[in-house]
Amino acid sequence: MHTLKSPFAARLSPCGGILMHSPRTRLTAALKSRGVSRREFVQFCSSMVATLALPPRYLGAVVKALTQASRPVLVWLEFQDCAGNTESMLRSSNPPVAEFVLDLLSWEYHETLMAGAGKQAEDALERVVREHAGEYIAVVEGAIPTADGGVYCTIGGKAALDIAKHVCSKAAANIAVGACAWDGGLVRSNPNPTGALGLHEAVPGLKNLINLGGCPHNPANTAAVLVHYLTFHDLPALDEYNRPLFAYGDIIHDQCERRAHYDAGRFVEEWGDEGHRKGYCLYKMGCKGPEATYNCPTVRWNDGTSWPVKSGHGCIACASHRFWDTKSPFYKRLPSVPGFGVDVTADEIGWVATAAVGAAMVAQVAGNMVRDKLRPKKTAEETKEPPESRGA
Amino acid sequence: MARIVVDPVTRIEGHLRIEAQVEGGTISDAWSSGTMFRGIELILRGRDPREAWIWAQRICGVCTMVHALASVNAVEDALGIEIPDNARLVRNIIAATQTIQDHVIHFYHLHALDWVDILSALKADPAKTAQLAQSISDWPVSSEKYFKGVQDRVSALVASKQLSLFGAGYWGHPAYRLPPEANLMAVAHYLEALQFQKEFIRIHAVLGGKNPHLQTFLVGGMATAMDPNEPGATINPERMDFLVQVAKSAIGFVNQVYVPDVLAVASFYPEWFKLGTGVGNYMCYGGYPQGSIKDPADFFLPRGIVLDRDLSKVHPVDPANVTEYVTHSWYEYSGGDQAARHPYNGETNPKYSGPKPPYEFLEVNEKYSWLKAPRYQDQVMEVGPLARLLVAYASGQPEVKALVDATLGKLKAPPAALFSTLGRVAARALETQLLASRLVGWIEQLGDNLASGNVRIHNGEKWNPNSWPKTAQGFGFFEAPRGSLGHWVEIEDQAIKNYQAVVPSTWNAGPRDARGQRGPYESALLKTPVADPERPLEILRTVHSFDPCLACAVHVVDARGHVLARAEA
Ligand code: SF4
Repeated sequence: MHTLKSPFAARLSPCGGILMHSPRTRLTAALKSRGVSRREFVQFCSSMVATLALPPRYLGAVVKALTQASRPVLVWLEFQDCAGNTESMLRSSNPPVAEFVLDLLSWEYHETLMAGAGKQAEDALERVVREHAGEYIAVVEGAIPTADGGVYCTIGGKAALDIAKHVCSKAAANIAVGACAWDGGLVRSNPNPTGALGLHEAVPGLKNLINLGGCPHNPANTAAVLVHYLTFHDLPALDEYNRPLFAYGDIIHDQCERRAHYDAGRFVEEWGDEGHRKGYCLYKMGCKGPEATYNCPTVRWNDGTSWPVKSGHGCIACASHRFWDTKSPFYKRLPSVPGFGVDVTADEIGWVATAAVGAAMVAQVAGNMVRDKLRPKKTAEETKEPPESRGA
Repeated sequence: MARIVVDPVTRIEGHLRIEAQVEGGTISDAWSSGTMFRGIELILRGRDPREAWIWAQRICGVCTMVHALASVNAVEDALGIEIPDNARLVRNIIAATQTIQDHVIHFYHLHALDWVDILSALKADPAKTAQLAQSISDWPVSSEKYFKGVQDRVSALVASKQLSLFGAGYWGHPAYRLPPEANLMAVAHYLEALQFQKEFIRIHAVLGGKNPHLQTFLVGGMATAMDPNEPGATINPERMDFLVQVAKSAIGFVNQVYVPDVLAVASFYPEWFKLGTGVGNYMCYGGYPQGSIKDPADFFLPRGIVLDRDLSKVHPVDPANVTEYVTHSWYEYSGGDQAARHPYNGETNPKYSGPKPPYEFLEVNEKYSWLKAPRYQDQVMEVGPLARLLVAYASGQPEVKALVDATLGKLKAPPAALFSTLGRVAARALETQLLASRLVGWIEQLGDNLASGNVRIHNGEKWNPNSWPKTAQGFGFFEAPRGSLGHWVEIEDQAIKNYQAVVPSTWNAGPRDARGQRGPYESALLKTPVADPERPLEILRTVHSFDPCLACAVHVVDARGHVLARAEA
């Protein structure tokens, strides 16, 4: 880790950076070694560059990442999960999951998708830990039960906690996807009978841990993190919860396309009423957008098709810390809203609504390059801690 | 005599373990165990019943909307709420979309590798592969060049010595019998299906904001506001056009790729139309209301039970006859573990008594699973696409009957062939075909309502909890991709008092009951040949044919240890 070939340095270098190193030969070799058509390859590289929101000259860095002699190994562990994060990953578009799995990484363990089963599956995981210690990426989905000797989740007869300790402690980077892997999520809701915890609490002290909360995680963000890691061998800038700033830094309410209605006092009063049909603000129907951060309104879901508020239902703050405990009841309107009355012009809303994850990544990658990791204060919404429960 | 353990059973949802006894190369006994429990105390107790669906939905992220739908159905049943016709249509559209997408992913990404040897695809002749593909379908993506490209991609993967997801497969196993060309075609369609599923599911994104975990259900209707003239409405003419277009694309993929592939693969494995039979009782609550949800006789997929493989008679279903045993499950009942309980007075007191991890074998004569054993009038029932199809077929549903007979004709097989491992796979494909054409119809009906100014999407009469009776109880049901799903809710003083779910994979993957009757997986595995105990590919074939989804086998209990909700899918 942190053997970062900074693209910033490359940009400053007199010979013009990585791309100057015979990109054509590299490209040809890449095409051959990956067995992909030129068109597919160019599309693929462009999509990576777009995901990272890098200027085109970084194509070289991406090509380099792609043409390593061996592809970095990834293992995806599932514990007390619903597989919603796995499903969400299957919806990744930029790059699509097939490219992650076939071209970019060697995705060697993932219960829901892998060919091998039983002993062969266990052996595959063990081999990664043995042969790639300190090099592989571990993705974790689901909470980890810590009560009663681990009997609430076993795989191959082994307790989830023991598997997590064994595999994650030897990973180069750990990515916790979804609310459950981050903070225990729904499984850890009070009073938490299985002693479920998120990865960082179940296995404390892990290095290079990134939390991608959300119920489920948004694959656009996860793809961006993976591509960033592959290209620069480093994680993007993180906040206090080890979440990437580009995705979790902004309040939903400030990015919402219904915000002008909020500011003008135009609210949905009843489901299906005229205001609902006109796309008015959902605050009175319980929307938690004013208390939640996430880039949900800008990145959206399923190829940027929509997000919950756009489709007519209030936000439940699914990317907020311990949201099951702190944000329900979901249909009760928030008592007070920070920033109430702040006027936002239509122009600003338009800009925010069209900005994609890329724009945030530009700022964030730049931030990563020129200064130390930014660790801002927690936002007001994040400081509320739910009452503690067993296992914590 | 050898004991085989498959754990983890991969390419499923959740954590499943199979132990099997093998004698003389065939399975003489089998045990199915769910090895994960998420007992989430107080999860629903005391909460607002209107948001129960948001919590219940997280039972499963694969069939991600099924528990949401069963939950709002249950609360609406309890409170006597009738939903507007538009909400019924949107729910049918969302449900059919879920089932179609789920079935496609199941076949290509979870099940195909039990029949398809990826490495054999390297030996295929791309020209002959193109001929094969063109002989079974007029799907346009079938040129020699295309298949050569896919083959190159597989070769590159193999040459890199990093096989990624495909590294630990049973390649070269003697039970693989497809010719190299069929294997190559299947690999190509594995990749195409990955693309298809994410494009197609944008229907969920339009109507539910996102997939997985849509955020659009409401007790009383849906949050998808409709208006023919408002761009801010969730359902407006522009979005209707989009939905129709995406739904039509599914018909192409399903009819020209998925169904022909299933039939082609099946034709190489005729003995699997005899293996994996299982219990032979099939149950379906009925799904896709055409009018009122109170009228199951009028559902697109009718309600009923087929007993002992007898297709001449359909028996009625009464949810009052559903009970659950914990005799072999890691729970205890206050009245003793020999008697079954109905969900309305269900309990879940988790009590693990299995071996301490790490362990080698379960104590299968005692308790051995986190799943309970549901029974209908004390009988074991298989649920799922095959059960739905058989009940509809035996009921004489004309569309189902025509399609099933035509398919059996193509396969030159009698209806009895359906009671099998491949019968389940074929039933899933046929159901997908039926739903894909229905889906377009439902979307067009919704479009007609929109155009005629019928925009009612929610019945708000009972939205205010002050309008509720002091106590109420209701049953909500739904035919999830993997089978019959039921939620039972009890409401008192505007809050949830008790909540229970009995879910498809509990029916199918559950353990033995007090009488020692095996669950459907366990029965279906009997007599299965196992050529190589070190690589039990045949076990995966039959278990995967049910499309296991184990996360849901989770009970939700209150602080005193009573079950509030139990879940699976
Ligand atoms: S309250 Fe919700 S719907 Fe209204 S502007 Fe804020 S985030 Fe958008």
